[in-house]
Amino acid sequence: MSAADRVGERGLRWLIGEGHDSEIVLSTRVRIARNLQGFTFASRATPDERQRVEARVREAVEVVPSLSEALFFEMSELERLDRELLLERHLVSHDLVGDGEGPPPHSGLVLSEEDALGMMFNEEDHLRLQTLVNGLQLERAWERVDQLDEELSQRLPFAFHHEFGFLTSCPTNAGTGLRASVLIHLPGLVLTKEINQVLQGISQVGLTFRGFYGEGSEVVGNFFQVSNQTTLGKSEAELVDHLGKIVGKVIEYEKRARSVLLREAPAVLEDKVWRAYGILRHARSLAFDEMMNLLSGVRLGLSLKLIRGVRVETLNRIMIFAQQAHLQRAAGRTLDEIETDVRRASYVREQLASGAGGRQE
Amino acid sequence: MQCDHCGEREAEIQLTEIEDGEMKTLRLCNLCAAERGLANPVAAGTAPLADFLAQIGKSVDEPSSGGPAEPCPYCGTTGSDFRRSGRLGCPQCYPHFERQLRGLLRRIHGSTQHVGKICIGEGLEEDSQVTRLADLKRRLQRAIDSEDFESAANLRDEIRALEVEYAE
Repeated sequence: MSAADRVGERGLRWLIGEGHDSEIVLSTRVRIARNLQGFTFASRATPDERQRVEARVREAVEVVPSLSEALFFEMSELERLDRELLLERHLVSHDLVGDGEGPPPHSGLVLSEEDALGMMFNEEDHLRLQTLVNGLQLERAWERVDQLDEELSQRLPFAFHHEFGFLTSCPTNAGTGLRASVLIHLPGLVLTKEINQVLQGISQVGLTFRGFYGEGSEVVGNFFQVSNQTTLGKSEAELVDHLGKIVGKVIEYEKRARSVLLREAPAVLEDKVWRAYGILRHARSLAFDEMMNLLSGVRLGLSLKLIRGVRVETLNRIMIFAQQAHLQRAAGRTLDEIETDVRRASYVREQLASGAGGRQE
Repeated sequence: MQCDHCGEREAEIQLTEIEDGEMKTLRLCNLCAAERGLANPVAAGTAPLADFLAQIGKSVDEPSSGGPAEPCPYCGTTGSDFRRSGRLGCPQCYPHFERQLRGLLRRIHGSTQHVGKICIGEGLEEDSQVTRLADLKRRLQRAIDSEDFESAANLRDEIRALEVEYAE
């Protein structure tokens, strides 16, 4: 059984596209970094030490209630394609996929059914507890991870310092070790050219933004991941609350931008949405970035009710399943770039056709 | 890839703009991006780290400056290891490089005092000195934040007493 089969639909619940502010916010993620006292950090640890950390993690995972149904993946036991598939689902980092020499030894992923609660282990830190939920649900996400942290801390000796808090390999994560982030779709602000101002504002209030795949990734399809920049000096609740408040403001701005566009340039907007839909519906070859930009147009059209009959869930699924590793997994073989683009276009046509297609009001 | 604007420096930021209804993607270097008012979160995050790394490196080169020239006694990480990788080697690196770290953490986070969850897990008693200290320091930070200076002064004294006790 391949890892892809074992993973199944795990970690994809957020694709349902429901929940609070889900027309603008796709998903909410919270992760916290933890390390074990008495071990060197993963980046400096010997394979033997990493193995002992993995063994401790495995023991703990087997008994904590939050992870009773969880799957345990060791990266080195997975094919490269499956590791990339997990990356495309935002469940593991680039580091765990590894370079040409394979993944870091004794590293892996623990993944439960509900809310994709689990952890990466032997990544940059020994543990990165994480969860991924649909829509804007910062409190829920934090509570899930907090509970898991409580359970694990009864069994694992976490490195903690009375002044610096939880100790992490990189000092930028010390203290709470918490990074909460919200994947948000801002086509309105991009179209009204207010986006730079908003992003600048975000960075002035202790938050930061990244692209679709997190740190170091590019912005595609008008998706931005907004997260807290600092981790020390504020409590977890304060960090989460602050992010929630600012994201709330950004949502307000985005809604305002959308209504301005709808008022000032309805014909242009409608044309843009339907063109995007038309290309997605009929193209024979689609590059990933192009597809993401077109999906953004259709998503905007759905939210403004310029187009109907396409489900947000369909758009979300396309975003995940029309990525390269997913297409290759479905094809059962390696695809070159041209084949990938052709397969992507064909997958998108199928999905939109089965979703009954767009209808005008 | 070179910056689309200056054509000189390496492009590090991708900027998607809409101009006349056309979506245009620009690849910019940090400088040109900054000129357009586009903050680079990555650069913003690493700048203080780079400062600190230079500082800690200096203290390794010049032991007289007061920073520990010795590598971390537990894992052997040196100041220059840290400067190169941006990563500490083990939990003990924190107390070992404490002095320099405090400056760095303040620049990154605007604070050095953790006020979040306290670890009372395996190996730590609930009322151990470590957690008591953390709790007191957290309350001190709260008192300062709310400008309750009387409580702050009392808490500070309590912390000092406990730290002396702890050191003995």
